Order: sequence, then C-alpha cells, then structure tokens
Amino acid sequence: MKTIDAVLRDVPMFQGLTPDELVLMAGCATNVHFDEGAVLFREGDSADVFYAVRQGAVALDVFVPTRGAVTIETLEGGEVLGWSWLFPPYRWHFDAKALTPIRATAFDGACLRDKCEQDPSLGYHLMSRFAQVMIERLQWTRLRLLDVYGYGAAG
Amino acid sequence: MATALQAEPRAAEAPQPFRVRTRRRETHDTWTLRLEPVDGVGLDVRPGQFTMVYSFGVGEVPISFSGDPRGPLVHTVRAVGAVTRAICDARRGAVLGIRGPFGNEWPVAEAAGGDVVVVAGGIGLPPLRPALYEILRRRRDFRDVALLYGARTPDDLVFRRELERWRARGDLQVEVTVDAAVEPWRGKVGVVPKLIEGARFDPAATTAFIVGPEIMMRFSAQALLDRGVPPSCIFVSMERNMQCGVGHCGHCQLGPTLICRDGPVYRWDVLVPLLTAREL
Repeated sequence: MKTIDAVLRDVPMFQGLTPDELVLMAGCATNVHFDEGAVLFREGDSADVFYAVRQGAVALDVFVPTRGAVTIETLEGGEVLGWSWLFPPYRWHFDAKALTPIRATAFDGACLRDKCEQDPSLGYHLMSRFAQVMIERLQWTRLRLLDVYGYGAAG
Repeated sequence: MATALQAEPRAAEAPQPFRVRTRRRETHDTWTLRLEPVDGVGLDVRPGQFTMVYSFGVGEVPISFSGDPRGPLVHTVRAVGAVTRAICDARRGAVLGIRGPFGNEWPVAEAAGGDVVVVAGGIGLPPLRPALYEILRRRRDFRDVALLYGARTPDDLVFRRELERWRARGDLQVEVTVDAAVEPWRGKVGVVPKLIEGARFDPAATTAFIVGPEIMMRFSAQALLDRGVPPSCIFVSMERNMQCGVGHCGHCQLGPTLICRDGPVYRWDVLVPLLTAREL
C-alpha cells in the first residue's frame, strides 16, 4: 500500500514540492472515501479541512430560493476542493456533494496552517499553489460572467 | 487556409426553393430542419460551409450546414431574431429559399493520420457535426478523436441523443459541460476550455476545430496552445454579418478578409492578429 506522501506525489497541484514538504503535509492528511450522494460539507459549516480528490466527481452547489441547489462547478480527480480553511472565519461558502463515489486525501486545515507558520518555505510553496488554483477558477468564473451563450446580434 | 468552395452562379444569386421535409426541436429555441429541393436538384455541401436561408417576406440569414455531407441539406437554427424565428417556425411542407453553398471547409482530410480535437460552444456544435460525420466515417484514418462541448445549461444542449450514441461508440471521447445546472444533471459544470486540460490527445500531432462565441473560441484556442498544439493546427469558424455570400457587399469584412468568401474557417495564426485588433 502507498504511504500518504507517495499518494501526494501524484496530485498535480503538489508536484514540485520537496519530499520533506510532502512528508510534513502527509502528517496532516488521511485518506477518505465518500459514497455517491454524500455531502462533504455544507455552506456555513466550519471549514477545517480541504481535499485532494483522487477519484470521482464532486459538485459545488449553492442553494437558490425557488430554484433549489444550483451546481456552479464540478471538480474531478486531480483537483483540489476547498480553500476556506486558509482564511478566517474558516467557513464554507458552498455545499459539496459527491456525484460519484469519491476517493480523496483530506487535510486537517489547522494542522497544516500550524506547519506553514513553522516552515515558511512550505507555507510559501503551498500558498502559491493555492493562489494558482484560485486565479484559474477566477478566470473561468469571469468567462462565465460574460454569459457567452446568450443572445448576440439577432438575425 | 482551408479550401474555398463557391456556389455556382445560379445558386449564389437567386434563392432556390427547398421544402421542409422534417422539423425537429432541439431545445426551447433551436430547431433542426431537413430540406429537400423543390426542383429535385440538391446541393453538394461540404463540412464547414453555409448557405443563405431565405424566409420569404421576412429576410435572409447565413446558416451553417449541420447534416451528413452525404445526406440531405440540414440546418440547425436558433431563433434569435425575426428571420431565424420565421425559419424555426417553418412547418413540414413549407418552402424556404436557399442560396449557396458558400465558404470554405474544415480541413478534415489534412487532419488524417493524427489526433483531432473538436471544441464546440452553444450553437457551435451544428457547424462541426458534418466534420464529425466525415471523421467517424473514416475513423481508422485518425488516432484519438475528442469532442468537447459546452452550453449554458443542460436544456441548451443540442443533439443530445446523438451525443449519447457517440459516447457509446467507445472510439470517440465525448465530454460535455454546462455553465450551471440543477438536478437531475449529473455531468460536468464548468467552462468548455477547462475540458481541454483533461482531454486525451498528442498536442504535437493534433488538429483542432473550434466553433462557438468568439470569446469562448479565444479561451479554447489559448487552452490548446497551453497544451502545446501549434497555432497553425487550430482552426475556427467565424461569424459576421454575412449578406451577399459572395464577397461583394463587404458586410462581413474583417480587416483584409471577407468571411463569406475567404472563410468562415480560418487558421488560428492567420486570424489572431485580426481578432485582437481593437479597431476591427
């Protein structure tokens, strides 16, 4: 069976981290499994964890009155779910639901924040990777704001 | 640049009567019409080409061919204005005018031997369907083939049954995403360029065809470039205010090019200086 730090080497976002940094992160991680339909977290709940999804698909939902749960993003194997653990007040902004059975590595946010405080190099490397993910998702969100499939010049 | 194919003078200048043979609803605002020539003389339309479709007494619009190149004339039309609404409303037996075909074609033959990535956004899938029919007809001539398709919501997806059939073939990667969804959608939610990251193809041996809103095509082309696809192997289909279809009126001019005559299919490295020029 693979150790957790070996599992982390396969996560695209963690590529380039040193073996020592992966071992440090593995100390805050556990492998988890969710059945299809399971709720990983709910909007407003305490965000004390994030997930590196290894297998399966997760839907990020927001509840809209009169429309119900609207899925605004899906994340799949190789992607990272959750950054609310990084900043106070550490609360989730969306619901996350397993669309399929999920295999993931869960990281204890408080544990990881503590290690980042103690090891600024790890903190920088991790933060720059999360910033990259945030920027990418921000760009895709901006693209959707344009509503490019709406009605253009009518003919 | 892909080959330019122009209609015979008779078909280019005067609308020829075509009767609506079948009419199928794709979405709340999009219909697919199968047309047959009233005089029995059909058209040889190549993947990527378009015709000018005339709703008598209302007006004329350019519509891409969306059918099998070996089959009848098929157009998939989204009702966005007076003319397209009139075309979508044309019932079985109604007569529409057709001029064309106009424009150049997708370089399907040139893509043989390598991988093909087809990227469609919204009503961009219909102009790509003829190319997909050609590719699937001679599937062994190509290596990996991927169809990446995005729409606003699940209700806006066209050709849904065909997408399922293509997915079931096993030799075509079919990935579909929508901008937002509610139950019972179980598929992907996100933008179509994101699908490019996860698709299976060899960037150095890939030809890509893209159709969709211009911004979506720009982001998709960038995602393909980021994966290493050469700009000379990325092709997009452009849409402008085409009126005459034969390069006379100038309405569809984009810099030095007339889209109805020189396009609508352009190579990305040829097109990108025109797309990014703020004055055009």
